[in-house]
Amino acid sequence: MAGSRHPSCALCAGTAIAALVTACVPALAAEAPKRVVSMNLCTDEMAMLIAGPGQLYSVSYLASDPGSSVLADQAGAYLVNHGLAEEIFLMQPDLVIAGTYTTRTTVALLRRLGFRVEEFAPENSFDDVRANLKRMGDILGRQQRAGELVAELDAGLAGLEANKPPDKTVALYYANSYTSGSGTLADAIVKAAGLTNIGDTLGLTGTAKLSLELLLLANPDIIVNGDSHYPKPALAQENFVHPAYQALSGEKVAIPGKYTICGAPFMLEAARILQDAARKPEGAAP
Amino acid sequence: MSDLARYRLVLAVLALATLILFLLSLTVGPAAIGFGDSLSALFSEKRDAIALIMREIRLPRALLGLMIGATLGLSGAVLQGWLRNPLAEPGLLGVSASASLGAVIAIYSGLSAAFALGLPLAALAGAVLAVLVVQAMAGLRGGALTIILSGVAVSAFAGAMTSLALNLSPNPFAALEIMFWMLGSLTDRSMTHVWLAAPFMLAGWAMLASLGRSLDALTLGNDAAVSMGVDVRRVQFLAVFGTAASVGAATAVAGAIGFVGLVVPHVLRPLVGARPSRLLPASALGGASMLLAADILVRIIAPGRDLKLGVLTAIVGAPFFLWLVYRTRRQLP
Repeated sequence: MAGSRHPSCALCAGTAIAALVTACVPALAAEAPKRVVSMNLCTDEMAMLIAGPGQLYSVSYLASDPGSSVLADQAGAYLVNHGLAEEIFLMQPDLVIAGTYTTRTTVALLRRLGFRVEEFAPENSFDDVRANLKRMGDILGRQQRAGELVAELDAGLAGLEANKPPDKTVALYYANSYTSGSGTLADAIVKAAGLTNIGDTLGLTGTAKLSLELLLLANPDIIVNGDSHYPKPALAQENFVHPAYQALSGEKVAIPGKYTICGAPFMLEAARILQDAARKPEGAAP
Repeated sequence: MSDLARYRLVLAVLALATLILFLLSLTVGPAAIGFGDSLSALFSEKRDAIALIMREIRLPRALLGLMIGATLGLSGAVLQGWLRNPLAEPGLLGVSASASLGAVIAIYSGLSAAFALGLPLAALAGAVLAVLVVQAMAGLRGGALTIILSGVAVSAFAGAMTSLALNLSPNPFAALEIMFWMLGSLTDRSMTHVWLAAPFMLAGWAMLASLGRSLDALTLGNDAAVSMGVDVRRVQFLAVFGTAASVGAATAVAGAIGFVGLVVPHVLRPLVGARPSRLLPASALGGASMLLAADILVRIIAPGRDLKLGVLTAIVGAPFFLWLVYRTRRQLP
């Protein structure tokens, strides 16, 4: 019974927050939530992929930004939130989904107010993606749909493996001269495409600075520079107009950020773009 | 040793230090290139990765370090002489912060992308405005307190407007760049920036350097200077626009770098005697040395972290400033 949940939670909150977490959550998990609010772009996308009709109530404002979200068109079907406790309280959801890195204070406050909040850590590997898809399926009571998505991901990975291009070096070079070293999702995408990530070869781990000097010395075959879809400039993108960067001979490939921001089946698209770039003959016109 | 000989010796030592630091700046960086290799790559005909690194990354960085340091040292010396105030400096008077604001508006509105000169011109406009406001508030013979207070107010306002402009930018990276504009950095600047800033800095230097004799006369007091034929209005014009052009251009490409213009003239004044005309060239060289040294340290202390220049200059400059304030306070009645 949906109506009986909130009063019981309010009672729990009256005693102790710890008691709320231990006593209320298992009881709630038994039944699929019916009014779900997601407040993080990556959980937005995952929830949109997995949730049943009418189950997802609101997604974050980023979900409808075509530069960041693959499912921007679908996001219009849901109410928009900005990750603020007040607006989410007024929506009275029976489940809030959040990322572990964003809006920490909001999550703490929502828990104090007696809402059930499930947090998802950002994925750093394909295993993380599978685990998060399955967990989202469990939480939303949509295990079958989650299983389909995992199978889709695995089939896509097998397709990439079967379709390997010649091994080339790839440098991921983002705004502000950042790159992805080993242990990142982007690194996993490069490897899934059958290519070598310069950030990994240089011994960088996580998201790290790749100085322009080292990029020039590494002289990679392919340079992935993301894409800038912002209407106004910032110094962060000045590294792409630096004369030394422009002089690099490697092929510059723009992979839209929306394919790589979140661990989701869309990552396969990024790997395919990389494979296409690697298959181009040396010295071909960009 | 005569006074003049000592002055020449100081200049020679400073010039040598600047040259050594300039060469060091060329040879420090994340790509481990040997000292000889890096310098020979600078002049080689080849266009390999090392030559590219030297010519397009390290050379502009070292050149900007040299030019911006000289700008800050020179303008600090001129402002202290002109306002006859030991606390005058482009950073403290709000010139740097206002130039930052001008540059920020030009860059993030897209003006500088459409019209390249828009960037240094907007920074110059910001800088001129700051000097005029501070001077109007303090009057030509304003005391230390009024000048510093108006400088603080102008700095705070320009800093807040810079933050506001960056926060309102639709580009999410912009807000993270507040740090660059407040603390300054020379990381990955290119020859484009050198060509953009150099004409304004050179024009500014010419204006400021021509003030030596007038500033000497001004040490005797305003009336005495006027009776000696100094055109006070001309001095004001040259000091304001010389500072604005050179500091504006410096700030437009490297952000606001504090304390160089304050510390350097004070350190060098006892060495060259109290004459401003001698302090100006010495301060320019000293400022260049200090900024080049700071920029080398930034790369050695925290490679790969893009430590901001203002952090280092403030570590040296802020305690010095406190000491200066303490000394000034004791001299007050």
